[in-house]
Amino acid sequence: MVHRNNIYANIDWISISIWLIMMAFGWMNIYSANVMEADTGVFDLSQRFGKQLIWIGASILLALLLFILDAKFYIYFSYFLYAILILILMGVLVFGKEINGAKSWFVIGGFQLQPSEFAKPITALALANLMTSHNYNIKKFLHLIQTGLIILAPPLLILLQPDLGSALVYFAFIFVLFREGFSANTMLMLAALGFLFFASILLDKALILLILVVVSLIIYMFAAKSLKKTAIKAAWTAGLFGMLYGINYFIETDYSLFILGLAAVIPTSIILAIKGVNTREFGHMKILAGLVIAIAFIISVDFAMNSILKPHQQHRIYVTLGIEDDPQGVGYNVNQSKIAIGSGGFSGKGYLNGTQTKLHFVPEQSTDFIFCTVGEEWGFLGTTFIILLYVGLLLRMVMLAERQRSSFSRIFGYGFISILFTHFMINIGMTIGLLPVIGIPLPFFSYGGSSLWAFTMFLFIFLRLDANRLELLR
Amino acid sequence: MNQFTDRRYVFVVIIILVGLVFIGRLFQIQVLDKSYAQYALSNAQSVRVIYPARGLVHDRNGEIMVYNQAAYDIMVTPRLLEPFDTTQLCRMLEITMESVKERLQSAKSYSYRVPSVFMKQVNYKNSALLQEKMFQYPGFYVQTRTLRKYTRSIASHALGYVGEVDRQVLDNDPYYQLGDYIGVSGIEKAYESYLRGQKGKNIFLKDVHNQTIEAYQGGRLDVQVEVGKNLQISLDATLQEYGEKLLAPYVGSIVALEPSTGEVLALVSAPSYSPDLLVGRNLRTRFGELASDTLNPLFNRALMAQYPPGSTFKTIMGLIGLQEKVISVSTEHNCFYGFYVGNIHTRCHLHDTPLNLIEAVQNSCNTYFINVLKSTLQDAKFNNTALSYENWRRHLLSFGFTRPLGIELTNELNGNIPEAGYYNRIYGEGRWNYLTIRSLAIGQGELLITPIQMANMTAIIANRGYYFIPHLIKEIEGVNSIDPIYAEKHFATIDSANFVPIVDGMDLVVNGGTGSTARNAKIQGIQVCGKTGTAENPHGNDHSIFIAFAPKDDPQIAIAVYVENQGFGTTYAAPIASLMIEKYLTGEIKRTWYENWVMQLVQPVMKTQIVDSTDGTQE
Repeated sequence: MVHRNNIYANIDWISISIWLIMMAFGWMNIYSANVMEADTGVFDLSQRFGKQLIWIGASILLALLLFILDAKFYIYFSYFLYAILILILMGVLVFGKEINGAKSWFVIGGFQLQPSEFAKPITALALANLMTSHNYNIKKFLHLIQTGLIILAPPLLILLQPDLGSALVYFAFIFVLFREGFSANTMLMLAALGFLFFASILLDKALILLILVVVSLIIYMFAAKSLKKTAIKAAWTAGLFGMLYGINYFIETDYSLFILGLAAVIPTSIILAIKGVNTREFGHMKILAGLVIAIAFIISVDFAMNSILKPHQQHRIYVTLGIEDDPQGVGYNVNQSKIAIGSGGFSGKGYLNGTQTKLHFVPEQSTDFIFCTVGEEWGFLGTTFIILLYVGLLLRMVMLAERQRSSFSRIFGYGFISILFTHFMINIGMTIGLLPVIGIPLPFFSYGGSSLWAFTMFLFIFLRLDANRLELLR
Repeated sequence: MNQFTDRRYVFVVIIILVGLVFIGRLFQIQVLDKSYAQYALSNAQSVRVIYPARGLVHDRNGEIMVYNQAAYDIMVTPRLLEPFDTTQLCRMLEITMESVKERLQSAKSYSYRVPSVFMKQVNYKNSALLQEKMFQYPGFYVQTRTLRKYTRSIASHALGYVGEVDRQVLDNDPYYQLGDYIGVSGIEKAYESYLRGQKGKNIFLKDVHNQTIEAYQGGRLDVQVEVGKNLQISLDATLQEYGEKLLAPYVGSIVALEPSTGEVLALVSAPSYSPDLLVGRNLRTRFGELASDTLNPLFNRALMAQYPPGSTFKTIMGLIGLQEKVISVSTEHNCFYGFYVGNIHTRCHLHDTPLNLIEAVQNSCNTYFINVLKSTLQDAKFNNTALSYENWRRHLLSFGFTRPLGIELTNELNGNIPEAGYYNRIYGEGRWNYLTIRSLAIGQGELLITPIQMANMTAIIANRGYYFIPHLIKEIEGVNSIDPIYAEKHFATIDSANFVPIVDGMDLVVNGGTGSTARNAKIQGIQVCGKTGTAENPHGNDHSIFIAFAPKDDPQIAIAVYVENQGFGTTYAAPIASLMIEKYLTGEIKRTWYENWVMQLVQPVMKTQIVDSTDGTQE
């Protein structure tokens, strides 16, 4: 029997248990990564494990506080909180302290706060408020623009700090839009553009052009259902390219393959376009348009990378994507991180017995690379346990989100799911060498009060909304 | 509930898929791949950092200016310590028992497993004694580091020094570890990333007896040490040393540039200090002593002292007048001991009258250039003092005044040329004219520029209209080109042709007859062009100033000399500049009597103060 008015009977104890387990296990690993053999107790506040105890205690208080507040508070104050957030994000650019080259921190007493962490739950609140406002329709262009502004304002300010990692996470909100009816085709197109973006940085431009042309031809083949027509068009393009290549070779001009390729593709496209108009084959024009847009896109990415960004910014992007080597920096970290995790074996070296992390092989071992300590000391059993915890929490959240009567609660819930999932995927993905190194923490695990509090806020605002799930809040 | 409820399954599938991929990958690297598990069996690894020798610094002729000397740090890893003979250790290292205890305690508080410095920069003898007995001291080892040495005790301001990294750097750059050295100022700081090289790292596996058994992972994770890159800088060590010698009795600065490249040939600031002082263990105390010295030897006057340029500025007044066509070469003005309008009066010295432009430069006539300022500010094109003033100022900005020029040394300061708004605020809009600010015409008043800007101005005149940003770097080993900002030509907003009469005037200043202000700067066989300056100074005697370049038609050197509180430009600055030019162009000094004369003119150095922007006025 569910009591409509007794919200305390409606608390989801499963998520709270997972939350507590994660914080406790996280703290154990932070302790292990930082403990020295000197005699300092666990309450030594000069050490990270000591400080983290304070953060955990405070986040439990925060959770209680968030639960005491009325659910409607979060709806009514969402824009207000968002406005304050934007002011704070501007403030940190001016008054913040620069650590590791980014002005992302406020220093109060001995403690540091990173406002960009708190930006995530607050943005989710504002987004949920906007998307449940009267007459809102995601298919309307104006509403889509408003949505984009709400989502993109914080990461743009965060980029100025500059903190690329924290800013990239905001792309996760697109999942929320997807759940609320954003067109699946548009999602696919955005994914394709994202893919093309990385491809144009990672691969040779001539090769991408070749791939684009081949893909277009294949799509055409299926659309026109004619191998012969396709072969003729392919032969035209290839022939023109071969001729240009030959001329380039014999008159000893020095045009790149990409330029020659463009010189072959552009006239062919124009001829096909004219033919298409004449024969009324408009369906095939779409393929052609797609090709042209894709080519324009890679050229502009190339231009942006080489002409707009400064050399050190280019370098940072290249290093992050693993193109340039940085033996003391990013590449080294991933290697060390994989070794630490791999050396844990099936059951680990035992708690406090990790050598890789103790000898400071792994940098940031209590923040972004905390997963290494788990891998080394608890082995495959420990890492699998963590993955299951996250998958469990995420699936539980999907379940909770879907049982809401209020759209506001559901949208906020999906905001939490998207951000939590992205952090989980990127953080663990980078420590095991599957994804590029983007410095974002592992929620509820990594050392640091800001991240812990921000995710606690996320979880408990949602649980508070969930406790009122039978009421129609909005 | 809405129509997109089914989309929840997309989330469920993605979440489960990512979880499975992660678990699969973890299974691969943790369970299937036995190579990692094998390392898990090792008892301990030991990391040994190899410090590269810092790059050497050569002067423009290839002479070594800065090299390295070995020093020995005694390192300790607390976890590996076993009871040892403390008395013997104290004797070998010449320290007390208490000191040993303290040092061990601080090492332990840093880390038990990571080695830290037990004792810094032990001399060769003591470290050799310890090394012989090393087997009795598990946990200790000797780390070789390098310290800077200088072939000549010169150029301390340009070269800078090397010190331990501070907290700020440690927080921001993961390359540096506690106790590492880093270039703190000068060339050492500007080219730190080249000079430092790359630290090497060897990782060993050790058995339970702490014996090295093999390189960890076959040395795959070792980082090769890379020796620092050598630099060739543009200073001429001989010229630099000579300049420091000439200026030693005075307070002031010499900056010499190669006009065709912007390379700095000499950068002298007096009083100075020996670079040997800021090396090694005593750096901190020595630095404190230098910082509290009342003569302020750490202050780099060449880049940081903001002085009124005095009469040397008349050259620029003439150039702008010609460019704006408010005067011509043949414009003449009368002068009878000064400039008089009503009760306003600026003195001038005795010379022929009337003078044309070239003669006015030659004689350094105050009246003439106040009249140039008048014509410039009453320009009919603008018909408004403030507008024509701003136009005049725009020309000055193109000479690089008012902003740091961009030499590699980070402490360079700007100069000051007030905007029209400044005078509007003081006198009211439309309530000031050329009379109000006439002292600008003779390089006084609010006008302030640094010696390097003055040398750069001279280089622009020598080049007849352009400059390269002054810089100290000539070549970095293994790097094809220096920073492109130093290869870019900057043009002053004055046509090349307009320089001809000014250069002719400067020629006559040195090589002319009666009325020339610096005939004592003349060098047999070299056509020197120069201009004297005397800046009045409310705090004491006038400053003596001279700018010059030579030879006239193929300038090899442009120089600015500023001697504080030593009277007329002719008296000290001109002879010093002349001797510097002779030394650089001929390699020797024929006029040794002259050199002795300059050097013997020792007067007690007056307490120095730098003119600030409001009270450099005269009249």
